[in-house]
Amino acid sequence: MHLLNGMRGALIGAAIAAVAILTAPLYIDLFQIMQLTVFAAMAVLALSLGFIWGYGGILCFGQTSFFGLGAYAYAVAAINFGDSTPAIALAILVPVIFATLLGYFMIYGGISDVYLGVITLTVSLILFNLVNSTAGDFYKIGEARLGGFNGIPGVPTFNLPGDPSYILTPEQAWMVTGMALILVYLGLRVLIASSFGRIIVAIRENETRAALLGYDPRIYKLITFMIGGAIAGLAGALYVNWGAFVSPTIFALGLSAQIIIWVIIGGRGTLIGPVIGCLLLQWLVTEIGAQQAMDANFVLGAILIVFVLLVPKGIAPTLRDLAMSRLSRDTAPAPTADATAKVKT
Amino acid sequence: MDIAIIVGLDVVSGIASLVLISAGLAVIFGMMKIINLAHGEFLMLGAYATVLSVSAGVNIWFAMLVIAPVFVGLVGMIVERCLIQFLYGRLVDSMLATWGLSLVIVGGTTMIFGNTIVGVSSPLGGFQVGAYQSSLYTPFLALMALLLMTAVFGVMRFTRAGLIARAVMQNPDMAATLGVNPARVYMATFGLGAAMSGLAGGLLAPIAGVVPTMGAAFIAKAFITVVGGGTSILWGLISASGLFGFINQIAAFLTTPVFGEVILFIAAIILIRLLPTGISGRFFKGRL
Repeated sequence: MHLLNGMRGALIGAAIAAVAILTAPLYIDLFQIMQLTVFAAMAVLALSLGFIWGYGGILCFGQTSFFGLGAYAYAVAAINFGDSTPAIALAILVPVIFATLLGYFMIYGGISDVYLGVITLTVSLILFNLVNSTAGDFYKIGEARLGGFNGIPGVPTFNLPGDPSYILTPEQAWMVTGMALILVYLGLRVLIASSFGRIIVAIRENETRAALLGYDPRIYKLITFMIGGAIAGLAGALYVNWGAFVSPTIFALGLSAQIIIWVIIGGRGTLIGPVIGCLLLQWLVTEIGAQQAMDANFVLGAILIVFVLLVPKGIAPTLRDLAMSRLSRDTAPAPTADATAKVKT
Repeated sequence: MDIAIIVGLDVVSGIASLVLISAGLAVIFGMMKIINLAHGEFLMLGAYATVLSVSAGVNIWFAMLVIAPVFVGLVGMIVERCLIQFLYGRLVDSMLATWGLSLVIVGGTTMIFGNTIVGVSSPLGGFQVGAYQSSLYTPFLALMALLLMTAVFGVMRFTRAGLIARAVMQNPDMAATLGVNPARVYMATFGLGAAMSGLAGGLLAPIAGVVPTMGAAFIAKAFITVVGGGTSILWGLISASGLFGFINQIAAFLTTPVFGEVILFIAAIILIRLLPTGISGRFFKGRL
């Protein structure tokens, strides 16, 4: 129970967010609900990287690989089964299997951060080329044609579990996506507060020390990587459900970069940071797309450079540090308060 | 027999193009241990410099062998002064900054030149092997790769600059105590690596579609080659290019070019599991 005590703030916040999500269709029009749905799906993706990078210390530059595999797994399974429930399970399972294989080779190979970043990035590039080349009748899985560059259109969206004839309305899909975001967030909070979470943070801080204390860093890192893959895969299913469409651009470099930028500007080592970064950036990219004065890549790149140089910790930790220093100043002993008063006068 | 010659030529050209597209990246990685994620964009800038010079009436050989490397080399020096130098000792941040730079360059080029393919025609003709036709440009690329490697070897082995570079590579702190300023060496290295990428971009301009996003098509192979080769600039690059170029071309011949790339990647990841520091970390330790 003490686990939940430490999370009282998070639980209250989540409850407020849940109420907001469930009542949103009452006062927001359908177009904006759709927009918010994709934002929420992407926020789940941001959480996956925020977890493995911010807490596990795994520098994964190709989180889109798992996102895209989840999306494609969902699309192929939903077309074949005509039911979204097993498709969602596969959208999580396929990326996890892929993450296990890839993670095994990288983490048990004992490669450095730099190599890991480069290899994960390369994986997403190669998946992009591979899926891009699957045009034509030859490439189909069951009923689903992969469609190469054109992607898979007309993917069945979520239905009520057990009743494929009841398709969720856009408002219901929004509630499912929003609630998934909250559940993933809370799940990760619990995981981080558990002994597993403490161990992976210890490994992030000092791998040798954790190993000397008897924890095998490799298995913990691998499990972290797999959890990240599972969450990214779920985000992929939510994303396909939003657009009923998936194409190879889901693996493209631009999206890989965006995920990194969400986490960087939001802040590593927090969970709310990546969500905030994701929502801000998505809104910004949508605005840039509407203005058409600037290239979105140009703005994103500039933001990334500025944050790396000037705000390397990201928004959420910087604000938290500011609040902390303000707080500790307020409660500081009298002489310090006098000193600041003197400076002010 | 003819088909064997053609496949053999393909293998040679595959190895040569791996050497060319990875050389700049390998130099920067070998010296500074950072992966320049804007590498693909340096190639792209070299290609654009060549295409624009040729359409302005400059001789194509001069454009791709001189203008492209000099221009991109200067860009590299500016980038090092304005961006990378603040991030020494922060490897991950320097990679992220170069990734941001890569987006800025792609976005900027798109805003200036638009998202359309430009190109120059291949300057050399073709030749006949039995029933097959091949381009003379392929052996020319192989020759350029050979010359580039020879030049790197010569400079590193026989000149004072090469001696300083090797010293900084082996132990930057020790080199600094002996009066070498590693920051200046790094600046020169970054410029040199960028120039080599520019040269490769110029050489690729006649055989690749020149678009702002063209870098993405090359970086996967370049990253794999450099990571597989390890930190030794020359031997790592040559051994990894040789191995991966061979695997890639044979696999591409048996399946499709895209599957060739996938098989190349699988081979590379198995190699990384066996030799986490790359080929040169195991077999050419401490060599160039």
